[in-house]
Amino acid sequence: MSEAMQTDPYAGERLKESPFHPRQAALNLREAWSSWNGYRFAEYYYDPEYEYFCIRNGCGTYDICPMQKYRISGADAAAMLDRMVTRDVHKLAIDRVTYVVWCNDEGRVVDDGTIFRLGEQEYMLTCGSPCLAWIRKAAYGYEQVTVEDVSDEIAALSFQGPTTCAVLKRMGLEGIETLKPFGIRRFPFQGGELMVSRTGFTGDLGYELWIEKDRGLAMWDALYAAGEPYQIQPYGEEATNMARLEAGFIMPDMEFAEALKTVHFEHDQTPFELDLGWLVDFKKPHFNGRRALLEEKERGTRYTLTKLDIEGNKPAESSWIYRDRDCTKQIGYVTSAMWSPAAKANIALAMIETEYLDGPIWAWIDYEKELRQYGKVARCTVSKRAFWAPPRARATPPPDC
Amino acid sequence: MKRYDAIVIGAGHNGLSAAAYLAKAGMEVLVVEKNDYIGGAAVSRELHDGWTYSNCSYVCSMLRQAIHRDLDLSRHGLMLVPYLGTISYGLNGEVMLGYHDEGAAHNELKRFSPHDADAMHRFEADMNRYSQFIRKTLMRTPPDPVAPKIRDIHELLFLGKQFWNLGEREIYEYIRFFTMSASEFLDDYFEHYLVKASMATPGIIGTALGVESPGSAYILLHHVMGDVDGSIGAWGLARGGMGAISHALASAFQSFGGEIRREAPVAQVLVQHGRANGVVLENGDEIYANVVVSNLDAKRTFTKIMDPKDLPPGIVKKAENYKIRGSSGKVNIALSGLPKFINVPDNRYINRGGQAFIGSMETLERAYDCWKRGRWSDDPFIESVIPSAWDPTVAPPGGHWMSNFIQYCPPELEDGPWTPEKRDAFGKTVIDKIERHAPGFSDLIEHMEVRTPYEIEQEVGLTEGNIFQGELTIDQLLFNRPFPGYAQYRMPVKNLYMCGSSTHPGGGVSATCGANAAREILMDLKRPNTVPEDDCYDE
Repeated sequence: MSEAMQTDPYAGERLKESPFHPRQAALNLREAWSSWNGYRFAEYYYDPEYEYFCIRNGCGTYDICPMQKYRISGADAAAMLDRMVTRDVHKLAIDRVTYVVWCNDEGRVVDDGTIFRLGEQEYMLTCGSPCLAWIRKAAYGYEQVTVEDVSDEIAALSFQGPTTCAVLKRMGLEGIETLKPFGIRRFPFQGGELMVSRTGFTGDLGYELWIEKDRGLAMWDALYAAGEPYQIQPYGEEATNMARLEAGFIMPDMEFAEALKTVHFEHDQTPFELDLGWLVDFKKPHFNGRRALLEEKERGTRYTLTKLDIEGNKPAESSWIYRDRDCTKQIGYVTSAMWSPAAKANIALAMIETEYLDGPIWAWIDYEKELRQYGKVARCTVSKRAFWAPPRARATPPPDC
Repeated sequence: MKRYDAIVIGAGHNGLSAAAYLAKAGMEVLVVEKNDYIGGAAVSRELHDGWTYSNCSYVCSMLRQAIHRDLDLSRHGLMLVPYLGTISYGLNGEVMLGYHDEGAAHNELKRFSPHDADAMHRFEADMNRYSQFIRKTLMRTPPDPVAPKIRDIHELLFLGKQFWNLGEREIYEYIRFFTMSASEFLDDYFEHYLVKASMATPGIIGTALGVESPGSAYILLHHVMGDVDGSIGAWGLARGGMGAISHALASAFQSFGGEIRREAPVAQVLVQHGRANGVVLENGDEIYANVVVSNLDAKRTFTKIMDPKDLPPGIVKKAENYKIRGSSGKVNIALSGLPKFINVPDNRYINRGGQAFIGSMETLERAYDCWKRGRWSDDPFIESVIPSAWDPTVAPPGGHWMSNFIQYCPPELEDGPWTPEKRDAFGKTVIDKIERHAPGFSDLIEHMEVRTPYEIEQEVGLTEGNIFQGELTIDQLLFNRPFPGYAQYRMPVKNLYMCGSSTHPGGGVSATCGANAAREILMDLKRPNTVPEDDCYDE
């Protein structure tokens, strides 16, 4: 028995705390905690909608310490990653980041994440769920590659919103305004090194800050000092979920079930089904799931994840999707839905049978008013573009910076 | 010479909304605006380097979501951000905080009166119920109950059904509502002076009535029937200031091919053979159009830019007597830092809502008494917001701007018209009251803009500086707005329409008057309707 368990018999039940926890706990006025990968993690701090508007109107921080981070290095690192993920990793330049998915042999998505190219032979892979066992498998046969789980070594903070560039500049990160989307830059910080990538999960202007764990709090303090006149605010899972849905980004356990964890073989998804065909590069020789995906590409995809703009203002949470207004022919289901305050639209992501995408689409929406259940049928329109994609997210330098 | 399908007089937000819907229907539309900037009273101007004021209207709740969505105003640059609760300042330094969390808000109310904390739930449910009825009327043309056409009968039946759905008890209450004072109405709920006074203030904003005057209860409802993203009663700020609303509407209008001409004040509406035929500008230019739409208030439209000979005499008289009394002032202040208010904790959230410098019901009524005598009170009601605490685009980092709305401020003083000296004295009264709650406040002032009804009328063109383009009293509401018999946006001269908030459903930056007017015009022209239905019917 460890010492902690002797003094606190419940120590094992309590979740880990991120390096930012002391500051975040002070700001979590609602004590709204959940968990992510064994870390205590905020659902929200003050109010989900308030925090969402910080992302769209000002700036906010989101703790990504619980996100899994693997350092993959060595002469074979690129080749190994190329075998693992569907995208061509050899195209990734140093100090650039790319979004990837990886699949099992059947072409079903194991997880999605990002690959950072940190050096000639050095990469960092990040993802939502622990993936070490799968990465080790992907490394079979490659002699010169080391995989290291650095999840607990790095303090990482996502910093998102239209004023983020101005705040980072104020924090002393000179030249940050020239950093392009998916670029990486390093800055000296209090004797250490602060790595900044222009990445995020909100579809807005934003950055992610990476620093060694012990300097995490100092970085937080410097960022919050610089962000004070910009009303910097931490945001939690709920605001993140709103922002990512507006941006049209997928979420594990919402849009897809991780293939290694599903019981039924059809309960997971392929990249094509998730409308991520653009991530699958058949020009490269071999990668996990290639043959199955090639077959699927030729055969056609049964389901396609589709962005829907739905009439009315009742969110279509967990709705069935039908081909007809009378709801006789079911053609899909909604995976995520919300009223979008930024786009002023009733938006959803839905898995819909591909062959029906060109026809009429209706959603049966259940909603509640003062404990009474109501239902309505609403017309859906397929939206090709993201519901929220402001030009500032892509502009270099960003406006007002 | 070019002939437009329609000319809209005034680039206020309703003029732009009407213009956008007409242009969307394929019409060639010109908007003429007297100022060198657009927006009317939904305007943002940088009067001091780095600080952008919402010079007139300052918060938003009534802009119909259906219009925002239909015209895709988000893509045209509009973002509405809801703000948190309001701090109410009472007597002797007493301060009531408006917490965002329901439980915390209840606890705070309990500090003043456990009775009122409980009663607040019933009050909110009642207001919500009353709001739901009135909300359903906003994007509909009021039916004519006296000379009904088939369409009016349908509308009357619709309204009758909605009204009946309120339930028997509420129907009685509702009828009382329109003639009650805010004070009488609130007596049924609250006992603590500050709770009651803070709930009463929406009943006097923008109106020449007191908390004790019959009719002020409806004004109260008018201010809580809006919403932000479906949250009824919530208020929000437009990112970039209220001008962002007008700019988004203008951008939508221009995306449909619409044209805006600034610095083009209209001298007169041209009428030929009993039909509106265009406008003549003050510089003598004549511009012709098949339809003329006035975004000016009813009094101004019929007494300033029309030849009385072109109008039925009854209408000229009605316009002269139209109740459009100036009663509000506005003081916009650029600050070098965030003021510190007595008895308000240094709470980053609480300082980001509104602030209501009230006093008591008596303070409010006394301020009204002063107005009646052509004075301003030395203890006026001030409703303030610090938009820069939310909006990073309206002040430099660390700097702030404070919007102060003052009730009451007379359109003319007992000893004659406004002068710059009297205006500054009025501004000082406002600062003095804030200073009493925030010592050191005046040291933070970098710049200020003081607007009495005189300035509002001169700059915006609202008669007497009345923010609603006419009082929101029952004699001027629904089928009586602006005048009985002319509530369906059509004016006594053929092809002449009105689209400002002198028409149903009145003021408050809803963009609805304009949209409703466009729908009627398109109907007369037998063009397909481009105006959406409201989205509030399944609330």
